[in-house]
Amino acid sequence: MSMPLIEAVDVSRRFSRKLDYAEKIANLFGAGLEEKTVHAVDEVNLAVYPGEVVGLVGESGCGKSTLGRVMAGIMPASGGEVRWQGKPLISLQGAEKRNMRLSAQMIFQDPMSTLNPRKRVIDLIGEAPKVHGIAKGRQMRDYVASLAERVGLDASYLDRYPHQFSGGQRQRIGIARALAVKPKLLVCDESVAALDVSIQAQILNLFMDLKREFGLTYLFISHDLGVVKHICDRVVVMYLGRVVESATPDELFGNPKHPYTQALIRELPTVADRRRTFTPIKGEIPSPLHPPTGCHFHPRCPKAFDRCRIERPVLKENAAGHVSACHRNDLAANETTNATAEPAI
Amino acid sequence: MTPVLEVKNLSTHFMTRRGILKAVDDVSFTVGEREIVGLVGESGSGKSITGFSILGLVDPPGRVVAGQILFNGDDLLKMPPAAMRTIRGKRIAMIFQDPMMTLNPVLSVGTQMIETVQAHDSVSRAEARQRSRDALGLVGIPSPEERLDSYPHQFSGGMRQRVAIAIALLHRPDLIIADEPTTALDVTIQSQILFEIKRLAGEFGMALIWISHDLGVVAALADRIMVMYAGRVVEAGQVDGVLTEPRHPYTSGLLSAVPAAVPRGEPLRPIPGFAPSPLSRPSGCAFRDRCARATEICATEPMLEIAAGREFRCFHPHVGRAA
Ligand SMILES: Nc1ncnc2c1ncn2[C@@H]1O[C@H](COP(=O)(O)OP(=O)(O)OP(=O)(O)O)[C@@H](O)[C@H]1O
Ligand SMILES: Nc1ncnc2c1ncn2[C@@H]1O[C@H](COP(=O)(O)OP(=O)(O)OP(=O)(O)O)[C@@H](O)[C@H]1O
Ligand code: SF4
Ligand code: SF4
Ligand SMILES: [Mg+2]
Ligand SMILES: [Mg+2]
Repeated sequence: MSMPLIEAVDVSRRFSRKLDYAEKIANLFGAGLEEKTVHAVDEVNLAVYPGEVVGLVGESGCGKSTLGRVMAGIMPASGGEVRWQGKPLISLQGAEKRNMRLSAQMIFQDPMSTLNPRKRVIDLIGEAPKVHGIAKGRQMRDYVASLAERVGLDASYLDRYPHQFSGGQRQRIGIARALAVKPKLLVCDESVAALDVSIQAQILNLFMDLKREFGLTYLFISHDLGVVKHICDRVVVMYLGRVVESATPDELFGNPKHPYTQALIRELPTVADRRRTFTPIKGEIPSPLHPPTGCHFHPRCPKAFDRCRIERPVLKENAAGHVSACHRNDLAANETTNATAEPAI
Repeated sequence: MTPVLEVKNLSTHFMTRRGILKAVDDVSFTVGEREIVGLVGESGSGKSITGFSILGLVDPPGRVVAGQILFNGDDLLKMPPAAMRTIRGKRIAMIFQDPMMTLNPVLSVGTQMIETVQAHDSVSRAEARQRSRDALGLVGIPSPEERLDSYPHQFSGGMRQRVAIAIALLHRPDLIIADEPTTALDVTIQSQILFEIKRLAGEFGMALIWISHDLGVVAALADRIMVMYAGRVVEAGQVDGVLTEPRHPYTSGLLSAVPAAVPRGEPLRPIPGFAPSPLSRPSGCAFRDRCARATEICATEPMLEIAAGREFRCFHPHVGRAA
């Protein structure tokens, strides 16, 4: 296979809250307070090949945005390394580094937190292309207007400030801004969540066109499984900082292996299904401050058994290109070799 | 039974340098006790501004220029600011599209929640903290006690949104206006929150206006649905009817644009064309330039038709099951 465009190798990202003065003093008196560490991303391996659309899904707070930021080179990893076209990010220098920075763009989840409120849309979108000589002087306005049009923003909006836009309009400003520097990789963090389904369809078609025309590569973070199923070549499921399953959409939605993935797919609301009850996964959502031992999912897993509390399951191949991390895999394998009639529960 | 909320002919305009932007244009609707109304529609069609208008949160150059907003019978537009402040937060709460509109980045979540409790109820700090912790637990924030001391940036996007939902629930209001509260949440947590919200709505008699782009969520949650386009409500009715037999071409266009409507990987079918700039909307039906059913008469204003619990504004509505 060709070389990945970008690859996370055993990447971890931890956030620690340092003790404040009061707590340090309390410790002098024997309070025994410890720094709190969140393992937002825990030894993740993920390779994205040129022209591929990889979907990243998982529970809120499981580390998707953090992994996206680390892979886009915006946030350093605390362990492991990210490789861009085979080279470790930290080894990149000078022009190579600038190049990577431009080639990997991230579209953020909360547009308000990343758009400078004092700048007009024309500058928000046009500044980076100007600095990098992609469009100059007179052409600039035309260039920005053409981008705005592609994301469905009226060109008459270009002189407005971010607060004058609706939520979905702001999200499209973020998309146009990322596209303006002609990236190779787009990390899309919930990029179509705030759009009505018609504009969402338009943007998704645009993403698919750019992939066809320019071989653009995507890491597509979304909780919208309908969208993920539609546009992704591969779907990666995370749970509490770890990858628990990865497969093509047909495999993942048709034949989910991990109990968490199975629960996700069961809860998917559809227009056709006018279900008035919701059956959330049982059990408390675990805290990344105190992740459960063994398999992180075990306190909520309907299929957990003794081993799950002790041992961390590793990713194993279930079928070609379909991997999952669950101890039930081993049971299922044994059962088929022993040819027992009992199906795995 | 008097409705909790009755909006009559509401118009909210922005006086911009380029002209008058009619963000909300002659919108009328009611929300009954314990009723859950789903509000969907085009991005920029005025959904959020409708919510802001109800709460008196429209800032200049925007202004409510016409209409009445009756809350339990009282016109909120005529209410003195002090009375309005009491209603806002205590009797009507809003969950904003962007949680950072609710959250102050420099204060811990606990401090913000405790202040919110004490703003309307005279309770001890300990009790306010207890209530805050319970509310965080309700929306599925793990280790709520420890998380009270965290700052907003230490939460994930979806967790911030859940904190904002928890804050809205603190006073058990009569009406919650939720502006896309679950778009950033995965389906398992989304269904947990929808489950809790539905339970609370039933138990405490809360009514809800639920703004969302996710037709699946609206289908599962709401009793009634309103569809907005270009500042107007173009269709409204029971969820079942509107989603299976839409009358308005914009509604049917939305339903055909969802990914499930085409085979995997095929181009999706957005509604052709663009929404008109809100500064220069065409006369007559604003959907005209994009509508396959349009005829000459559509250049005049379609009136609101009301039949069998369904309202729509269209000269050539679909009849029966739409394709
Ligand atoms: N402060 C402002 N100044 C000028 N125009 C504004 C302002 N705030 C909103 N608007 C305009 O009012 C219209 C309605 O905005 P609103 O935020 O209600 O849309 P929405 O239906 O909530 O859209 P979305 O689904 O994208 O959030 C939009 O065209 C928007 O550009
Ligand atoms: N700057 C930070 N400081 C401390 N903790 C953080 C920080 N950023 C993220 N975290 C924590 O890391 C974990 C993962 O967060 P992340 O934003 O990556 O989740 P996510 O999967 O994107 O969730 P969502 O779907 O809700 O956006 C969460 O527990 C969050 O509280
Ligand atoms: S390893 Fe055990 S607890 Fe984890 S998902 Fe598999 S069966 Fe459930
Ligand atoms: S009034 Fe005419 S243009 Fe408007 S939606 Fe109906 S058919 Fe289409
Ligand atoms: Mg996130
Ligand atoms: Mg809005």
